[in-house]
Amino acid sequence: MPAAQAQDAKPAQPVELLNASYDVARELFAAINPVFAAEWQAKNGQKVEIKQSHAGTSAQARAILEGLQADVVTFNQVTDVQILHDRGNLVAADWQKRLPNSASPFYSLPAFLVRKGNPKGIKDWSDLIRSDVKVIFPNPKTSGNARYTYLAAYAYALEKNGGDQAKAQDFVRQLFANVPVFDTGGRGATTTFVERNLGDVLITFESEVNGIRREYGDKGFEVIVPPVSLLAEFPVSVVDKVVDRKGTRAVATAYLEFLYTDKGQEILAGFFNRVHAPAVVAKYKGQFPEVRLVKVEDVFGDWAKVQKEHFASGGILDKVFVNR
Amino acid sequence: MGSHGQGLTPPHSAKPVKARRVLPGFGITMGLTLTYLGIIVLLPLAALILKSAEIGIDGFWQVLSSPRVLASFQLTFTAALIATLINAAYGLLMAWILVRYDFPGKRFVDALVDLPFALPTAVAGVALTTLFAGTGWYGQWLEPAGIQVVYTITGVAIAMAFTSVPFVIRTVQPVLETLDSQIEEASVTLGAYPFTIFRRVILPMIAPAYLTGCALAFARSLGEFGAVIFIAGNLPFKTEIAALLIFIRLEEFDYPAASAIAAVLLALAFIILFATNALQARWLRRREASS
Repeated sequence: MPAAQAQDAKPAQPVELLNASYDVARELFAAINPVFAAEWQAKNGQKVEIKQSHAGTSAQARAILEGLQADVVTFNQVTDVQILHDRGNLVAADWQKRLPNSASPFYSLPAFLVRKGNPKGIKDWSDLIRSDVKVIFPNPKTSGNARYTYLAAYAYALEKNGGDQAKAQDFVRQLFANVPVFDTGGRGATTTFVERNLGDVLITFESEVNGIRREYGDKGFEVIVPPVSLLAEFPVSVVDKVVDRKGTRAVATAYLEFLYTDKGQEILAGFFNRVHAPAVVAKYKGQFPEVRLVKVEDVFGDWAKVQKEHFASGGILDKVFVNR
Repeated sequence: MGSHGQGLTPPHSAKPVKARRVLPGFGITMGLTLTYLGIIVLLPLAALILKSAEIGIDGFWQVLSSPRVLASFQLTFTAALIATLINAAYGLLMAWILVRYDFPGKRFVDALVDLPFALPTAVAGVALTTLFAGTGWYGQWLEPAGIQVVYTITGVAIAMAFTSVPFVIRTVQPVLETLDSQIEEASVTLGAYPFTIFRRVILPMIAPAYLTGCALAFARSLGEFGAVIFIAGNLPFKTEIAALLIFIRLEEFDYPAASAIAAVLLALAFIILFATNALQARWLRRREASS
């Protein structure tokens, strides 16, 4: 019967997914996608091709709000997923509850990369405001990566000064005053530090810091993980409106769930991301120094509050950023 | 209004015969022209204005009068002015050399002039930054001499100069080509010095096109983004250009504020172009009246 045949043939139709992601995740997903595609095809007999799109996550969120047909988002900032719900109702309100660990399959933290032999002896956040230290990180206004750096420094200063907001702001102001140039994204800051030889320390995600050290092995950079830093989540979600229209919900969901499997977590850890799967955590223990991580929610309240108080136009970031 | 240089045909053909229509049907061709212009140029601009109107005059004013926005405008205008002055001098020189001299590789140089138009400006920005950074070819000599280019207004101006120099050359070049060398020869036989010839004979002839080229270069510099953000350093109040501030406001999902800043750049560019056109038209009318 032709009708039954058509139905049988349906799963074999190739399907295409678009993953909208952040700037420095290009290599990571290039490694994950073929593994997932092979697994999906083995299980369902369906070919899946995953396209990647990378930029700052705020730019990606804006593109999706304006019609980019991304099936899934893999961002580095909760607020950038949330805005897809708030502004366009593209993502369900409960998106953070649909997958484990607040829909964040891996995490990282702001860490430091210093030059060979650590000539300035940089060990902790307090070293970054010394007058002889030049710090490189991107513009927090255009980079989610740098917003974590800002929050981590702020949280460190709050803790050190017994919760004194004024002193914490002063600390971040001094930190910003030590930054000679603000690139618009993480990769730009890396270029400034590595190729242009500017600055004594680069602050970016631990995963990126290690990636750079591996990439530029000949230059002998050293990774410094400060004793305390901020938990940086990497939230993921299917874009409900898009997958429902394209009929790709099943494969898109499976794609995100794959990130939580041992196989997925293993690839993530291979790119120096910290993961949750116990077996993988044990295997890569030596790769990740002990660090006490504070959570955004515990120090600053929820992300909506952080957004309003710190990052909105005229917020605390603007005050310390422009009064450097 | 005619395109630049159109009115500079020699005096004996100054009175044009009524143009024969090559394309059939003035109504249709004009209609198509206006429709296309409307869809591609006017509507997006109207949308921009409408978007910025969302915040009302007060909001508009608040966005524009913030010290950071003012600082970015100041930097953008100053750098664009420097870039235009540099290009005014070098652009004229290059146009002159390309028209008046023959040398090996002239065609290559002529093609090179258009490169800033063809190249993605971001590539230019990265290349310039690499050259002028302390580790780069130029920078390794400049920085020890105390000349810091990258991450300063100098860098911004250089990036702008790079992307806008073809405007000056390409508007002056055709006019120089049509200049009648007999006028210069006559001046020489009358005993004029070269500089006098340039100032009293050549400059007035090329002035309208030259001015247009400079105005276009300036307007282009105001809006340059790709080349500048790599070399500027993007420090608020110091090297943050207006176009980056538009980008930042968009990243904050603050569309009206972004549109408000953009509207100012747009208005300025439009005023500059319109004024140059008007000035040029007056110039030509005066010339025709006197000949």
